[in-house]
Amino acid sequence: MTAGGVLRTALSLLLVALVLWPHAFAPVFAPFAPERGPVIYDRVSLLSLSLSHLGLVAAASSLAALVAVTLAILVTRPAGAAFRPLSRTLTNVGQTFPPVAVLALAVPMLGFGAWPTLVALFLYGLLPIFENAMTALSTLPPRTLEAARGMGMGRFQRLWQVELPLAAPVILAGVRLSVVIGLGTATIGSTVAARTLGEVIIAGLLTNNTAFVLQGGLIVGLFAVLIYDALVRLEARIARRAGAGSARAG
Amino acid sequence: MPVWGVAGPVTTAIALAAMVAGVALGLQAARPWWRLGGSLLGLAGLVLLLSRGAGALLVDAGDLARVSPAAGFWCLLLVFMMLMADALSALRPGPRLRLGLLALFLVGLAALLASGALSELSIMQEYRGRVAGFRTAAARHVALALGSLAAAAAIGFPLGILCHRRARLRSLAIPVLSFLQTIPSLAMFGIMIPVLAWVAATVPGAQEIGIAGIGFAPAFLALLLYSLLPVVANTVAGLDAAPPAAVEAARGMGMTDRQRLWSIELPLALPVILAGLRIVLVQNVGLAVIAGLIGGGGFGTFVFQGLNQTATDLILLGALPTVVLALVSAILMDILVDFARRTPKRESA
Amino acid sequence: MIEIDRITKVYDDTTVVDEVSMTVETGTITVIVGTSGSGKTTLLRMINRLVEPSSGEVRINGEVTRDIPTHLLRRRIGYAIQGHGLFPHHTVARNIAAVPRLLGWPKDKIARRVDELLTLFGMEPAAFRDRYPAELSGGQQQRVGVARALASRPDLLLMDEPFGALDPIIRGRAQEDLRAIQQKLGSTIVLVTHDMEEAIRLGDRVGVMDGGRLVQHGPPEEIVARPANAFVAEMVGDAERPMRLLSLIPVRGLVEPGAAGGDPVPEGASLRDALSACLWTGRDAVPVERGGAVVGRITLDAIRGRVEHRA
Repeated sequence: MTAGGVLRTALSLLLVALVLWPHAFAPVFAPFAPERGPVIYDRVSLLSLSLSHLGLVAAASSLAALVAVTLAILVTRPAGAAFRPLSRTLTNVGQTFPPVAVLALAVPMLGFGAWPTLVALFLYGLLPIFENAMTALSTLPPRTLEAARGMGMGRFQRLWQVELPLAAPVILAGVRLSVVIGLGTATIGSTVAARTLGEVIIAGLLTNNTAFVLQGGLIVGLFAVLIYDALVRLEARIARRAGAGSARAG
Repeated sequence: MPVWGVAGPVTTAIALAAMVAGVALGLQAARPWWRLGGSLLGLAGLVLLLSRGAGALLVDAGDLARVSPAAGFWCLLLVFMMLMADALSALRPGPRLRLGLLALFLVGLAALLASGALSELSIMQEYRGRVAGFRTAAARHVALALGSLAAAAAIGFPLGILCHRRARLRSLAIPVLSFLQTIPSLAMFGIMIPVLAWVAATVPGAQEIGIAGIGFAPAFLALLLYSLLPVVANTVAGLDAAPPAAVEAARGMGMTDRQRLWSIELPLALPVILAGLRIVLVQNVGLAVIAGLIGGGGFGTFVFQGLNQTATDLILLGALPTVVLALVSAILMDILVDFARRTPKRESA
Repeated sequence: MIEIDRITKVYDDTTVVDEVSMTVETGTITVIVGTSGSGKTTLLRMINRLVEPSSGEVRINGEVTRDIPTHLLRRRIGYAIQGHGLFPHHTVARNIAAVPRLLGWPKDKIARRVDELLTLFGMEPAAFRDRYPAELSGGQQQRVGVARALASRPDLLLMDEPFGALDPIIRGRAQEDLRAIQQKLGSTIVLVTHDMEEAIRLGDRVGVMDGGRLVQHGPPEEIVARPANAFVAEMVGDAERPMRLLSLIPVRGLVEPGAAGGDPVPEGASLRDALSACLWTGRDAVPVERGGAVVGRITLDAIRGRVEHRA
């Protein structure tokens, strides 16, 4: 096993242990807890917080991926070309909106809870995926497309068998970006009463309990780093299959 | 209360007509100037309705009554702003013209706020209640965003130049920095607290220069860590993008490493480096909001106070300036990048 | 005079250039020709020490290059490369002025030199001085690249596939221009190419490299007529050899008295042109002229005999 593989396995095991048996780590966190204060967050199980955190991000990101890729396909067809400049402007402007501000602005309209978080995650997650998908689909090698047309593929066959597989690595890079932003924004979602791991950190900040801050931060950080790493490797594998020639930055 | 009851039939009619005309003009796909005019007309109508409406609604109400625009207003505002952005991107104004337009827009916004036309709105009342606090927060927010940007540039440029010249350092530094970037911001800010508390407690003199577990220092450090990747990665990418033949020629004609860096590689990399700084600045303006959670100040203070007290106006008082600041930074940096692209150095030979 | 003395470059275990020695006379063009991987570019880059030799030395007018700091050495040697390598953010004038600026020439002297070079290369200074490289055609960029390499009147001009990026017609013109300018200025040039045609056209001397060794070094006639081994013969091209040889020999030496029909060829033309005229008009001989007056004729037999006896 490579050094990277060892590190990856070790971090994954650490994460699983932290989530399932947090009390086993009490001695590690004890020095950071206030005197006679609780060391391990147990108002809600860390497992259920993790599941709801990941569920929120997974739901928002997959929905965002579906909508964004569909939109990108539409604007890269000849019939949708007129909307391309507008959609580019929307993405550019949209991405300058800070995710936290989007989250905060969703509250007056949607109230507290999981909904504003989900909506903010979805809206914000759309942008990187859409941008990457649009770039990937509009910069495919023209000769390959010409060859596909020349051998008599129909429009849908071209889309499914040539364009989407070739664009897949870049689209996936967009999904990765959106998942990473989503994991972070979901953490802040606990300030609008969404059930996420951010709750642990916020509880620590409010009660001056550094032990809570550390365990929350550690778990969220590990999730983010491991998921990011997994997506990077998935991307590399798909890129190899797509001929690696289209290794464009995402 | 019917629509015309809000601000009187004449005003309402004028404002609505302006907005309808604005939308109609805004849909002229082939005529960007019309669309720009349309979006401005629509905005004017919207603002007119808002300023008159708030006053009219409060005529018979008590002192504690407040008026705030609802979702419909924000949606319309967003639509007109997008129309304007789209029209402007179709017109492709040069950097100077864009700078002028931005200044005009900001002056207009300031004039509107100073004129008192909107003073009846609850967010403005909220503002009047905390003028001093708002100024401090604004200054702190800008200091956090720009300060960490400057620090990241001071560390990131040399690091990027080194990474460009030493492949091994690059293969180490870039992955580490990108992992840092994936750590969720709240976790990063949180983890900085014990780290800096420890530094403050153990390093002599650290406390005197303001390092503490809570407040400005952890926020600043977290932002700095997030900023390093875009600075380093774009410096490397920009230097890499210098045409290899030009670099080879520079070496072959006897330029020293330093001469080559300063007169060939860095000038050619400048647009890409500036694009990295744009990413950092916009990102920092947004992330600095989190500082509000760990006592680091900035507009985040209002956002999170507002969320705690379910006070929409307080949330807006924090979120809206953040959005404006992020947009203005993005536009300014885009202009700067454009300047760097368009004027290759015209020093006399 | 440039003396390359048993120069060698070893990377790890591979010998890229193996004990190459050659002398380049002042005021001549030496072309080094070889396939990719033959070590020709490494050899060239060892002259201005972009690559440090593993052993051996180079002397420029007797001075050992190893003893000169690299950046000072390179400022004395012009360097022109494939794809011109112009600085895209500097004007034509500033590009040409690059080395004189490094050498600290006064401004007015630099400006005069820039205009002089632009004129020499057939580019109107007022029209081209302030343009950027992207605003020039491929041929113009290449000329500016060579002008830049000549700007400080270097002892020696090194050229690495300088015409590689040009299309055939422009390339032919660029080669002619280089020949003309070299003769006018009396520059010493070492040029690297993979194109034997170019080598024969431009070189006063041609060196053929294969596997890091200099396998043959001599005037182009000799390379074509008496290839040192099978590799050189292949480079020259078996089928092309007679034509290449004929293209190197002027008609002047084979003129014999007598008359012939058809349009005369000038005595400075090559035997290849004369042969071509014979074949095209279906004659055994064509008249030869000098300054408009017919001075004799050249026959197919004479041409054939010249090829059979080589040089």
